[in-house]
Amino acid sequence: MRKVITGNHAVSYAVKLARVDVIAAYPITPQTSIVEELSEWCASGELKSEFIHTESEHSSMSSCIGASVAGARAFTATSSQGLAYMHEMLHWAAGGRLPIVMAEVNRSLAPPWTIYTDQQDSLSQRDTGWLQFYSRDNQEVLDSTILAFKIAEIVSLPAMVILDAFVLSHTSEAVDIPDQSLVDSFLPKRRAAYKVDTQNPCAFGGMKNVDSWMESRVHLQQAMDETAQIVEDETEKWFELTGRRLQPLQPYRMEDAEICILVAGTAAWTVTLAVDELRRRHIPAGSIGLWMFRPFPVVALRKLLANTKKLIVIDRSCSYGHSGIFAQECRSALFDMTPRPQVIGVIAGLGGREITSDGLVKQVEQLRMKYSAGLIEWMGVKNLA
Amino acid sequence: MTFSKHRHSRYTSLALTEDVMSCGHTACPGCGGALSLRLAVKILAPDCVFVIPACCMAVIDGLWPISALRVPLYHTAFAATASTAVGIAAGLRSQGDLKTLVVGWAGDGGTFDIGLAALSASAARNDDYLYVCYDNEAYMNTGIQQSSATPQGAWTTTTPLPQAKTRPKKDILTLMMSHTIPYIASACVAYPDDFIRKFDTARKMRGFRFIHLFSACPPGHKSLEADTIRISRLAVDTRIFPLYEVINGKFALTLNPLLHKAGEYIKLQKRFAHWTDADIEAYQIEVDKRWEFLANLNEKRNL
Repeated sequence: MRKVITGNHAVSYAVKLARVDVIAAYPITPQTSIVEELSEWCASGELKSEFIHTESEHSSMSSCIGASVAGARAFTATSSQGLAYMHEMLHWAAGGRLPIVMAEVNRSLAPPWTIYTDQQDSLSQRDTGWLQFYSRDNQEVLDSTILAFKIAEIVSLPAMVILDAFVLSHTSEAVDIPDQSLVDSFLPKRRAAYKVDTQNPCAFGGMKNVDSWMESRVHLQQAMDETAQIVEDETEKWFELTGRRLQPLQPYRMEDAEICILVAGTAAWTVTLAVDELRRRHIPAGSIGLWMFRPFPVVALRKLLANTKKLIVIDRSCSYGHSGIFAQECRSALFDMTPRPQVIGVIAGLGGREITSDGLVKQVEQLRMKYSAGLIEWMGVKNLA
Repeated sequence: MTFSKHRHSRYTSLALTEDVMSCGHTACPGCGGALSLRLAVKILAPDCVFVIPACCMAVIDGLWPISALRVPLYHTAFAATASTAVGIAAGLRSQGDLKTLVVGWAGDGGTFDIGLAALSASAARNDDYLYVCYDNEAYMNTGIQQSSATPQGAWTTTTPLPQAKTRPKKDILTLMMSHTIPYIASACVAYPDDFIRKFDTARKMRGFRFIHLFSACPPGHKSLEADTIRISRLAVDTRIFPLYEVINGKFALTLNPLLHKAGEYIKLQKRFAHWTDADIEAYQIEVDKRWEFLANLNEKRNL
């Protein structure tokens, strides 16, 4: 069924199709309409989920953790300050190896207050042990959410599905909503390998000493390592079922590209328009839309950039005191390559500042002949005086 | 004033049954919290799941891979007892399990302070599980720092002399009563029959149930290990920790104390060693006032 829906409602539909057992959530703009829609369906009986109205995001994640350790499929959604408030429990969910799925609407962190998009909130949670998927459009939001449940439950890791505030969350597009039977065949009921069970009483998350704690984190990294192959398999199955393919790195005109622009979120579609314009100007450009940020697709990135001379990374975040976060990740992923493409980090679109294809074309033309860039090139910044 | 009387001691029969909390746990000698958990889990097992946040009991249960509890236990973060417990309850219910009782088991810091928002939200929703606060009146696991459950005038490492705690203990009873929940009770392991009856009552009810336990702590209260039961009894007998229950809003005192003077309780604990006779007298007045307040609630219960 094709329907014109917002990115937020694409999440809601995916959660409904995933037959989630427990939803725990707290309102925050611009996430709220995800759980409003789910509440409507719970109220009408269309969705048979337990809905917990929490008093904070910290509690939303804790309740999801409880539900998940009881063997249930759990979901929450948040954004920005809410995600930051959840931080402690994000570590708990990943350390506890619980396949919770969360929709995260990318919104800048205050102060100053703003409700518009950038990626600082989700990227600040980079090291929590969550899988992260960035969507370019509402169809990808829906597909990523269903895939996130599947992948998370195979590798026992929590997953974040990330979408731009307003540009996706509150913008309507035509989205293909798969049949329930199709989703049921792809995503059967969760079968937890370990859960609280009075027939098999175990203690979870208890104190470990220096002789055994570290190994639990090695296991977490091993699960991340295994995820790349699982993602390949599951996205392939999803492609067979729906004809829609999601890849950790979504290349555009990369076959002979000498300059590549890498970006995540809706700007990853914008950048393809810039690539077309650059090609018209006989500049051999291509682009990569980053869908999967954690685990970081190091091998795939090196392969795609084997013949590329320059990689321009567009960051909607900054690790203050260093540089854009995607740029750092790319620099470290490519460091061992010979020859190695030059990596230029561009920070753009903070606090919802628009990233246009014209702006990107101009930026690439400026940076094309630059061989000694600093760590940060700022894009679209007004007069700072 | 009427008080319930119990002719048969369930404790004597329960004491003979096998422990669900095994020996070898790592509680300090004379730990009132461990005695309470040992008795409570015996009453509630086997169809129960415990949720324990950061607190003494998170350590007492044992180092991985050992757990002293022979029921499932989920360790959660400090602020997250109530929110994790409701998640487990919802998760079990969503899979058709209506039998297993979820028990949140937190200290006073995790209840009166950092976990209060989640506790209040959970009580306001009337979530279906049992929340137990074992109150040893300070952050004992981190080394005796004051909490909002620490009594006025008590020494702790963060209220050192001459600046002992200046504000009174938070009133968790009226706080919980304001949430319109089916069951609230206080209990003390030194009065095991009353303790057992309350856990039995709570176990059979549905909705949000809250039990507040007095929990003597020799290292934190600076008392003798051998005095744990004596101090626990005196907490009740001096009316400092009255035993009551509130069923669907109806308050009832459940034990008529033998009535000892507050000073007898105070003098067994070095955390109050700096108190003068005048301090003790002033405290006695506060204790009497509190008792009068509760006695009034008790009289009004059938109106």
